[in-house]
Amino acid sequence: MADAATDTNTPYAIRTYSPQRLKDALHKMFLIRKFEEGAEDSYTRGLIHGTMHLSIGQEASAVGSCMSLSDEDKITSTHRGHGHCVAKDADLGKMFAEFFGKETGYCKGRGGSMHIADPSRGNLGANGIVGGGLPIAVGAALSAKRLGTGAVTVCFFGDGANNEGAFHESLNMAAVWKLPVVFVCENNRYGMSTSTARSTAVKQIAERAAAYSMPGVTVDGNDFSAVTEAVDAAVARARRGEGPSLVENMTYRWRGHSKSDRNRYRTKEEIAEWMERDPIVAMSKLLVDHKILTEAEVGALEEDAARIIREAIDFAAASPDPKIEEATRDVYTEGAAA
Amino acid sequence: MNAQTRTEMRELSYAEAIREAMDIALASDDRVILMGEDIGVYGGAFQVTGDLVEKYGTDRVMDTPISELGGAGVAVGAALTGLKPIFEFQFSDFAALAMEQIVNQAAKVRYMLGGSVSVPLVMRFPAGSGTGAAAQHSQSIEAWLGHVPGLKVVQPSTPEDVKGMLLAALEDPDPVMIFEHKILYKMKGHVPEGHYTTPIGKAAIRRAGKDLTIVATSLMVHKALAAAETLGPEGIDVEVIDLRTIRPMDRETVLASVRKTGRLICVYEGVKTLGVGAEISAMVAESDAFDFLDAPIVRLGGAECPIPYNPELEKAVVPQVPDILDAARNLAEGRI
Ligand SMILES: Cc1ncc(C[n+]2csc(CCOP(=O)(O)OP(=O)(O)O)c2C)c(N)n1
Ligand SMILES: [Mg+2]
Repeated sequence: MADAATDTNTPYAIRTYSPQRLKDALHKMFLIRKFEEGAEDSYTRGLIHGTMHLSIGQEASAVGSCMSLSDEDKITSTHRGHGHCVAKDADLGKMFAEFFGKETGYCKGRGGSMHIADPSRGNLGANGIVGGGLPIAVGAALSAKRLGTGAVTVCFFGDGANNEGAFHESLNMAAVWKLPVVFVCENNRYGMSTSTARSTAVKQIAERAAAYSMPGVTVDGNDFSAVTEAVDAAVARARRGEGPSLVENMTYRWRGHSKSDRNRYRTKEEIAEWMERDPIVAMSKLLVDHKILTEAEVGALEEDAARIIREAIDFAAASPDPKIEEATRDVYTEGAAA
Repeated sequence: MNAQTRTEMRELSYAEAIREAMDIALASDDRVILMGEDIGVYGGAFQVTGDLVEKYGTDRVMDTPISELGGAGVAVGAALTGLKPIFEFQFSDFAALAMEQIVNQAAKVRYMLGGSVSVPLVMRFPAGSGTGAAAQHSQSIEAWLGHVPGLKVVQPSTPEDVKGMLLAALEDPDPVMIFEHKILYKMKGHVPEGHYTTPIGKAAIRRAGKDLTIVATSLMVHKALAAAETLGPEGIDVEVIDLRTIRPMDRETVLASVRKTGRLICVYEGVKTLGVGAEISAMVAESDAFDFLDAPIVRLGGAECPIPYNPELEKAVVPQVPDILDAARNLAEGRI
């Protein structure tokens, strides 16, 4: 029997990561799914105002892209960012508290779903502006290079963002300055209602890498191992000082763009077809097939994730609201001359 | 009921009134096109364009890629060369990405070219707080654009006005920026049928009064009217002026009111400092109306911070009816 660590028929993730890390990865994918379901449920029950962008169906992209990152490494995220937070080890209670607008939340109730960040874990934050994170990621990579920290930045963005000027300007600067940044496009085929076919002149976003002289690959974003293999290689290249790469994870969002979406731009059949390609089901199967987990252990991981989310919601619900008098706190740095 | 009364009774929401204006424009003028993100089959983020794409097709109701700078610039170029684009920003906040084309190009090109061209462009900006969308989706940035010569900037507060001002904007040879408060979209009101225009640059007196003038913009007009209803029985007779246009500002209507009442409160949602209220106050201070003031001018504007997410904080950082009541009572009773 061939050694799994060297057999190239064995999927990359299985060859590369310890059973414990793979279990943790699946656990995180469950956490993301349960977080999103809990968020949706809280919204329906009127506990959350505003809107939200759920990433159900995109869990492998979030978790797989962060596998080779440490707390020193940075990410920039998007409006659809809950999964990225969880992948970068955010505290679920603080995430839910932010969602509920509480003082105990990541942004002390000031930011909400679209602005959750955890700088202590290298998560520079979600963003309400499509494409807003791209140049910031390049800036983080510039810091890492100048300061010699060895950190890599993974920059998440959607297919829609690739038509913002910020995307093109960012890729160019990252390439010209050979910066340690990995651009991870989560291509879920639509920017709100507009399909890439109607918005984007190239067939695959990864083709755009060529214009900026960097490697570009397209992978099945619902295949955890494929995502990990592509992003890990790009991260390693960045760490070696060889500059940026673009990885395009093909995936799909099961839910509407936000709560007001009537899904008039896609068919029920298309949604159903993609729901058949559930990244969590695929990852569970991968780990069971390779005898890393039993079916029962997969079930236990899912239950554990559900419990953590319930506790996070309870923590958030019981947390205090911010004080009205402090609405203008933190506009400037306290103590600095204004 | 005769036809005339039926017409007078007809009510539409603010969003429906905008759509009706665009429908009239598209039907009557081939040069009119709509551009914006998700304005086609999605119907617009706030369902303003609705089903217009079904009636006019994707050549005239164009979904742009998510490219605000480029999209706005394409609209400027099209306006320069024979089309009449109505460009929708999905949220007014995203105009920040397009400032180059709005401020450096659209606003200035006629002047820079010695008056030899014009830019008959209409841009629509869903604006303001109150939806829980936090700092990057809730701003009131009209004063930014109000600072730019070459632009006209309007903030219609009623369904009737938004339809009339959009149709007036389409007849205007210069770029007109229309700020639409998102909270107004569902508000219903009387809207005349067919084509009519509401003048740009002319304020409206929404309630006549003799003791105190409130000059308000957009959603704040409705808060000022609510406050005025409470203050009336207390013996404070408030005149409420709906400014409607912040550039060019209707100087005469405001000054005449201040000469009559001797007291002025400005109410607007944008950040208070360097905002619309500063301009109104200065206009009064620089005129003969200053001599008629019996008390200092009061400005009620947005707090000096981004719009927070928490719903209670979000309410606290923009003027509310109780804030207007407090200010009016303090002024009327000589405490200010
Ligand atoms: C600059 C800017 N333009 C438009 C929007 C409104 N908006 C929010 S998300 C979105 C679609 C983004 O699509 P994509 O980048 O593919 O991400 P996805 O939502 O599919 O995850 C749009 C148009 C925005 N937030 N910022
Ligand atoms: Mg997308």
